[in-house]
Amino acid sequence: MLELCDLTVRFGKEGSANAVEEISLKIEDREKVFLIGETGSGKSVLLMAILGMLPDSAVITGRAVLDGRDILNLPEKEMRRIRGTKIAYIPQGSGEGMNPLLRAGYQIGEPRVIHQKERMAQAIRAAAGQLERFGLKKEVLRQYPHTLSGGMKQRSLIVMGVMEQAPVLFADEPTKGLDPARILQIVDCFAKLKEQTLLCVTHDLRFAQAAAEKICVLYASQAVEYSEKEEFFKKPLHPYSQAILQALPENGLQVSEGFAPPREDADAQKGCHYRRRCRFCSEKCEEKPPMFEVGTRKVRCWLYAHRS
Amino acid sequence: MKYNRSFYFGIGLLLIFLIMAVFAPVIAPYDPFAHGTPYLRPSVEHFLGTNDVGQDIFSELIYGARVSLTIGIVSSLVITVIGTGIGLSSACFGGRCDRILMKLTSVAMAIPSLPVAIVLAAYLDASIWNLVIAICITAWPSTARIVRAKALELMELPYIKIEKTMGVGGLRIIWKHMLPNLSDIVLTRSVLAISGAMLTEASLSFLGLGVLGQKSWGGILYYAYFRNGIINNYYWWYLPPMICISLSVLGFMLVANRRWRKVEVKGC
Repeated sequence: MLELCDLTVRFGKEGSANAVEEISLKIEDREKVFLIGETGSGKSVLLMAILGMLPDSAVITGRAVLDGRDILNLPEKEMRRIRGTKIAYIPQGSGEGMNPLLRAGYQIGEPRVIHQKERMAQAIRAAAGQLERFGLKKEVLRQYPHTLSGGMKQRSLIVMGVMEQAPVLFADEPTKGLDPARILQIVDCFAKLKEQTLLCVTHDLRFAQAAAEKICVLYASQAVEYSEKEEFFKKPLHPYSQAILQALPENGLQVSEGFAPPREDADAQKGCHYRRRCRFCSEKCEEKPPMFEVGTRKVRCWLYAHRS
Repeated sequence: MKYNRSFYFGIGLLLIFLIMAVFAPVIAPYDPFAHGTPYLRPSVEHFLGTNDVGQDIFSELIYGARVSLTIGIVSSLVITVIGTGIGLSSACFGGRCDRILMKLTSVAMAIPSLPVAIVLAAYLDASIWNLVIAICITAWPSTARIVRAKALELMELPYIKIEKTMGVGGLRIIWKHMLPNLSDIVLTRSVLAISGAMLTEASLSFLGLGVLGQKSWGGILYYAYFRNGIINNYYWWYLPPMICISLSVLGFMLVANRRWRKVEVKGC
């Protein structure tokens, strides 16, 4: 189980705005949680903070408890063991996700060589088995990254992530730059990860709907809603969640105007971050709303104060 | 042919000089130190004539290739290893290490290289190794700078970051992922360093600070100048070493500037 308690990240001096603010999530084993939100809402920073990969200027408070152990303040050497063996990271396949000078097999096998002290040939043989499981041919191992298509590269990177049998997987926009047919392949790949916990960042609501079990919506560095997938797509609670679902084509492409406030906008960071764009905005919204529990769901909006 | 023509021309030039250096005793018609009739013009017996003490200039040139090439190649190795090492550690460790190393590099860059090399060559014994030290001490910073800049760029690339999130250790990332991606600029820099070192060696030898007791191209020029070869226009004495220096440096430059040959597509 991965549990985040009031995880807050800011960059630079005290008083500067938070990139991630008081995020509390409880992710059970084998659960598939998708983080959705606008660019700059703190999704990727959250993943990197848990992995301990942020630059030195980042100040992280709160806790991230993995199997009863807080992993935020571990020394780098122990953290390096956790990366890859306990938490694996699946990056974007588009762009330079793989070293252009090494064959795909070498890179897919590398985590095993590092953590299991296996020989490269052995690791590559293990990779071959995994590749077939995800619908890729063994020949991919001998190919250089530039000869792979975006979809193949992304699936190879998923294979790289699961090589070590890490119980928790982080994925950062695995569908970026892929066409719908390839996205379906990625959905298939994720469906095969029955034993793993998945925390996936995406902009793609269709993809989230197909592959997620729970959805967490982030808005301007805060988590504003945390729900089961079915309930979320049937009846979103937070006004922002409603707005993004209304922007889907089948709901009439009603895109709400404006963007999330930038982090420098100190005034917007007081009270509810969404209040300036919110249809239901009232005086109460000048005060910061806590996460209200509505049944099994959680939402950060004063509208639900009386129901919790 | 994978590369452009000038690359192969450069390789050809270098091969000629390499063969000269390696098989000097076989190729040279005379002992370059043996005295004979001075100031002979080029003839059948003395292909490039003789100097003021009657030494055969063609033989001198052939033996001179040894010193010039050795100093060039050894200096380049030292410069490349030091420069790449400092550049990479500066980029990868960052923070205070980066600041100290870059200050050091800036200082080394600000030192005028030839005067320092002259002073060092004058104070140290005139051996090949001391000359290498004198040349290298100011020549490494540009390699370090370029390697650092490129390494910083590489570190921001997704595939290097991914290695870190996979728990791969720093040294392995540097060795397996960064160095191969840096190899093109490191190799180009090192070939350029060879020609730079050869020119510095020639300058030092011309000033009479070269390797004692061994023939070198700069050394031949030194004697041609100070024993009035140039004033009396004994062209067979001063021109050949100049041409040898220029051609070998040109050879290294052409190799360093290698380009992939353009693929010609028919019908375009």
